[in-house]
Amino acid sequence: MNPYALPAVVAVTLATVGIGAYGLRLARTTSDFLVASRMVSPTWNAAAIGGEYLSAASFLGVAGLVLKHGVDVLWYPVGFAAGYLALLLFVAAPLRRSGAFTLPDFCEVRLHSRPLRKLATVFVLFIGWFYLVPQLQGAGLTLQTVTGAPYAFGAILVGGVVTANVALGGMRAITFVQAFQYWLKLTALAVPVFFLILAWQHDGRPALAPDATTFIRPTTVELEHAAVLTLTGETTLQVRGEIDGARVDGTVDVLAGEHTVGAGSALRFPQGAAVPKVSGVSSSSGRAWLLPGGEGGHGLFATYSLILATFLGTMGLPHVLVRFYTNRDGAAARRTTLVVLALVGLFYLLPTLYGVLGRVYVPQLLMTGESDAVVLLLPSAALGSGVLGQLLGALVAAGAFAAFLSTSSGLLTSVAGVLSTDVLGHGSVRDFRKAAIVAGLVPLVLALRVSGLDVSQVVGLAFAVAASSFCPLLVLGIWWRGLTAAGAAVGIVVGGGAAVGSVLFTVLSRPADDGWVAALLAQPAAWTVPLAFAVMVVVSLATRHRVPRNVGATMLRLHAPDALRL
Amino acid sequence: MATTPTDPSPRVRVVLAEVARSKTAGHTRVELEEQSQIGEALVRGLVRTQLALALRLAAVVAVGLGALPLLFAVAPAVARARPFGIALPWLLLGVVAYPFLVVVGWAYVHLAERTERDFTELVERPEK
Repeated sequence: MNPYALPAVVAVTLATVGIGAYGLRLARTTSDFLVASRMVSPTWNAAAIGGEYLSAASFLGVAGLVLKHGVDVLWYPVGFAAGYLALLLFVAAPLRRSGAFTLPDFCEVRLHSRPLRKLATVFVLFIGWFYLVPQLQGAGLTLQTVTGAPYAFGAILVGGVVTANVALGGMRAITFVQAFQYWLKLTALAVPVFFLILAWQHDGRPALAPDATTFIRPTTVELEHAAVLTLTGETTLQVRGEIDGARVDGTVDVLAGEHTVGAGSALRFPQGAAVPKVSGVSSSSGRAWLLPGGEGGHGLFATYSLILATFLGTMGLPHVLVRFYTNRDGAAARRTTLVVLALVGLFYLLPTLYGVLGRVYVPQLLMTGESDAVVLLLPSAALGSGVLGQLLGALVAAGAFAAFLSTSSGLLTSVAGVLSTDVLGHGSVRDFRKAAIVAGLVPLVLALRVSGLDVSQVVGLAFAVAASSFCPLLVLGIWWRGLTAAGAAVGIVVGGGAAVGSVLFTVLSRPADDGWVAALLAQPAAWTVPLAFAVMVVVSLATRHRVPRNVGATMLRLHAPDALRL
Repeated sequence: MATTPTDPSPRVRVVLAEVARSKTAGHTRVELEEQSQIGEALVRGLVRTQLALALRLAAVVAVGLGALPLLFAVAPAVARARPFGIALPWLLLGVVAYPFLVVVGWAYVHLAERTERDFTELVERPEK
């Protein structure tokens, strides 16, 4: 147990509420609430966008995936960053000039269709809530790991603080909060990395990618569920619990091969023992971890599907778009996006190091499957449980909390914005506050009911849905005059619907087989994104007579340089 | 493509000094604002230029990053190279990819702003 972790987490939460309260004094009008009255400078705005974007998936999940699966999952952070490039190239400036604050607004501005607006609202809510759930789960996991508090406590803490903050302060408040949180997150990963690398040097540079991962120190592993262990060599274990059907409390020599272990058993491995594979916990080792390629033919398919989802999904995430409206004009939106790309890229250099060093210092996570905890456990595992290790562990926990708070704030603001203007009311401050409470409760209930999903994977699926619904809508809407409301609607329903179906199937039924069908459903973007584009184009061409009459004026507005002031 | 229906022109306050200037400077601007055929053609040209620019830079990323999984699959020897003692795939995806993306983004902002400057100059150029 780390005595500094809880105070650090409380400090971050208080700072968030405090800065939010400071912003609240400045927030007086509806415009302040929703778009910070566009008085936010590009640098502040870029840091806020970065702060909002770097979620639990980035802070905890990426390192956890690297720990388990190795080089193939580096496409997650690369894709999360590259998404901002796609946003910059195809969307940023015209979207800002369109004046749309949310995706439903964009539908209305560009295609003048109320039904399409409603449809977009449904997808914004699905993506927003689907993305919020893993943030709250991450919060539960973090508090559980660093303080031993029950899982529900962290989820409720983050859910409650964020809902209150958004309902009271709105966008103006969270701009400052999120800019602060970007720098906190960067610091919280960057400072410990420096010490971790020193510790690794001090330990005589243990190999980072050995053929067999071994325990660098004697390590106790508690297995929550009954499992089958595959040992590669004879090992002397101290067991407290059940092994091969017999209750044991003491030292046992265990031969190489498969052994059953009862639920709740604690095994103590000696220094230098190979880390066994545990049934039900997927991980790669040796060359499969070090080298790209994945398993068999659909490894390549999954990689490309992931690339497509993350590259194109970012632009369709509701909390990302809201931010663009706070820029002064189209050119400022472009420059802001470039700064964001640089800030996000800088951050993503770090989680990989945690994943790699995690294999050396906390390999037991490969057995328990709780790989999302690697960032939290690594400092004390590598630096010992002295003051330094504990302080750095507390810093990392604080950073993780900053990640949950900022991403949840952004998501909640955009979901509440859509709810208050399209479902519950007409966009007054009162409606917005009501909507924020509803928007916060739904994912909290979901997070308390579902647990144990890989944070990054769930987020990756949200990207797939965004890439198959809003990405084609935005790209075609901005660049192609021929898009019709009917085409957009059918495209979103077919492409987005296929992605939603695949996502729900994968999350709910967790298919066990590794066939092609499972691969297509587990990473759907490679077929749902082209499908959505194709359907949108074909249906738009078939309904050509319904192209909005004033499309010329809209195009002029989206693309004319700001300097002309047309 | 359907031309927009001719709206009645909005009322304009006429100041003589402005009339004198607009004869030389504002002609193209009026074409744009009224969405005459010339104005429409100008906007189409601008959109096409910007889209072509975005697609070209997207292609740079598609080749520069998107080809990597295929390359590693087709030529596993490349994946086993270890420049600076770090396995090449880790070096490329863990480090090099990010500055690469930023450079492409910087180039896009630079070029897109140049296109817009050219367009603005074209519109505001005094006609001789």
